[in-house]
Amino acid sequence: MKTVLWILVAILIVAHQDFWNWNDDTLVLGFIPIGLAYHMGISLAAGIVWFLMVNLAWDD
Amino acid sequence: MNPGQIRLAIIAVYLLLLLGLGFIASRSFSGTKKDYLLASHSIGPFLLLMSVFGTTMTAFALVGSTGEAFKEGIGVYGMLASSSGIIHSLCFFVIGVKIYSFGRKYGYTTQIQFFRDRLESDLIGVLLFPILVGLVIPYLLIGVMASGTVIQAMTAGAFPEWASFAALKPDGSPSPMHGGVPTWLGSAAICMVVLIYVFIGGMRGTAWANAFQTIVFMVLGLVTFVSLANKIGGQETFFESLKAASASVSESHVTRSEMSTSKFLTYMLIPLSVGMFPHLFQHWLTAKSARSFKLSVVCHPIFIMIVWAPCVLIGVWATTQNIPPAVSANGVLAFLVKTKLSTWLAGLLTAGILAAIMSSLDSQFLCVGSMFTNDIVEHYVGKDRLSDTAQVWTARVFVILIVAVTYWLSLRGYKSVFTLGVWCFSGFASLFPLVFAALYWKKLTAAGALSGVLAMLGSWLYLFRDSGWGSNTKYVIKLGEDIEVMPVVAIFLCTLVAMVATSLMTSPPSDKTLAKFFPK
Repeated sequence: MKTVLWILVAILIVAHQDFWNWNDDTLVLGFIPIGLAYHMGISLAAGIVWFLMVNLAWDD
Repeated sequence: MNPGQIRLAIIAVYLLLLLGLGFIASRSFSGTKKDYLLASHSIGPFLLLMSVFGTTMTAFALVGSTGEAFKEGIGVYGMLASSSGIIHSLCFFVIGVKIYSFGRKYGYTTQIQFFRDRLESDLIGVLLFPILVGLVIPYLLIGVMASGTVIQAMTAGAFPEWASFAALKPDGSPSPMHGGVPTWLGSAAICMVVLIYVFIGGMRGTAWANAFQTIVFMVLGLVTFVSLANKIGGQETFFESLKAASASVSESHVTRSEMSTSKFLTYMLIPLSVGMFPHLFQHWLTAKSARSFKLSVVCHPIFIMIVWAPCVLIGVWATTQNIPPAVSANGVLAFLVKTKLSTWLAGLLTAGILAAIMSSLDSQFLCVGSMFTNDIVEHYVGKDRLSDTAQVWTARVFVILIVAVTYWLSLRGYKSVFTLGVWCFSGFASLFPLVFAALYWKKLTAAGALSGVLAMLGSWLYLFRDSGWGSNTKYVIKLGEDIEVMPVVAIFLCTLVAMVATSLMTSPPSDKTLAKFFPK
C-alpha cells in the first residue's frame, strides 16, 4: 500500500507539469481559465493523496 | 474623518487586538525556557495547522500573488501555489514528523542541535548558524518592507498637511502615497507590535496569534474576492459577475503561452525550502503528538488553494481595469480595493494583509532568539551556568539585535521584494539534501555535510553576484536557446554532489550514533 501511495505522489508531481493545457484558453464554468482549474484540481488531489498517506502509511 | 484616517483607525484597532491576545497568552507562560520556546509541546492539530500555514504564507500570498498574476497570468498559480501544496506536505510528512520524533526523544529545540548530534560535529553548528541567520534576515526584510509599503498605500491622504507624511514626485507635486503613514513609521510600528507579543507570549502567544491571523487573512481574502468580482463583473448575480469579469481577459493571461516550460518545472524545487526553515522546525517541535501533524499534511494544499486561487483571478481581471502605469504590480490589489470597495472594507483588507505578514514575522523573530540561546550561548557557556530566566532574556536581546539590523536594512530600500524572496528560498531549498540525508542516509558524514554546506554557500554567492545582487529580476540560467532553469537547480546540485562525494570518501559517525538515529 505504501508503494502505491508513493507512486500516486510521483504521478501527482509529474501531472502538475501540465504540458497539455499550456496554450488552451477555455474557461471552465465560464470564468476559470482551464490552466488554473487544472491546478486547482491538482491541489484538491494532493489533499486526497496526503489524506490516504497519513491514514494508510503512517505511535506519542 | 477622511478615508485614510478611517483605514488607519481600523489598522490601529487590529494591532491593539493582537497585543491583547499576546497578554492573554502570557498568562499561561510558566516562565521556563521550554515553555517560552516550544510552548511545552502543547500545540494540538488545529493550532498546529493554523500556525504552520500562517507562518508559510507571507504578504506574498495576498499582494504578491495578485501582482504576479497581473504581470504573468494564471501560470503563477501552478508555478508557486499548487507546487507548494504538494511539496510542503511532502516535507511535513518525510521531514517534519521524523524531526519531531527525534526532538521529542532527545530534547532538541533547533536544527543545529540535531545536526551536531547526528553528525558528531561541533563545526557543523559553527558553519550553519551564520548561514541560517543570514538567510532568515532577508526573509524578515520582506515582511518588514512590505508592511511599511502596505500601510503607506492604504492610509494615503490621511494627513496631507503633515510635513513628515509628505510623499512628493520629483517635480514637487503630491504622489499617490501623499499624506499616508511613511514607510519607516509603518514598518517600525509592525516590528514593535510583533516584538511585544513575542516577548510576553513566547511560542504559545505566537501560535495563538498565528491561528487568529490566519483566520483573519483567509476570511478577508475571500470577502475581498466576492466584493471585487461583483464590482468588476457588474452583473445581477455573483455567478454572472464572475463570467463577465473573466470574459475580456486577454489570451496571454488565461494561458501560460508567455511562460517558459523549463522555468515552470524548475520552480518546483523552491518549496523544498520549508524542509530547512528554522522557524518551521521550531513550530514542528511544539506539537502535542506526532498525530497532530496529520491535519497539517492533509489541509495545507487545500488551504493554499483557498488563499491563492481568488487572488490569481483578481490579478488577471485587473488587466482589464485600466490600472495606471504608476501603480506597481504589488500595488494592484490595494489600488482595486481603494478605488472599487468601501473605505471600511479597504481598512479590513489592510488588516488581513498585515495579518499575513505578522504571522510569519513572529515565528522568525522567535526562532533567531532560540537559535542564539541554544546553539551559541547554551552550547558554549554551558546549560547549567545560566538560569531559565537568563536564557529567555538572552533570546529576547538577540531578537532585538536582529530586528534592529533588519529594520536598518529596510530603510536602505530594495528594488524587488519578490526577487529577494526567491533568492532567500533558493538558499534554504538548496540545504534540503542535508536534512534529507541526515534523516535517511546512514553514510552521511560530518565532512560530507560540511562540504555540502560550503558548496551551497559558494554557488549561491556566485550566482547571486552574477544576478547583480538580485537587481536582475528575470535572472535564469540558460541551457541552450530554449531552456531556462532557476538558479536553485545549480545550487541544489552543487550541494548534493559535494555532500554525497565527500561522504563516500570519509568515515560515517560511530555505530552508537547510527543506532540512535536509525533504530532497527
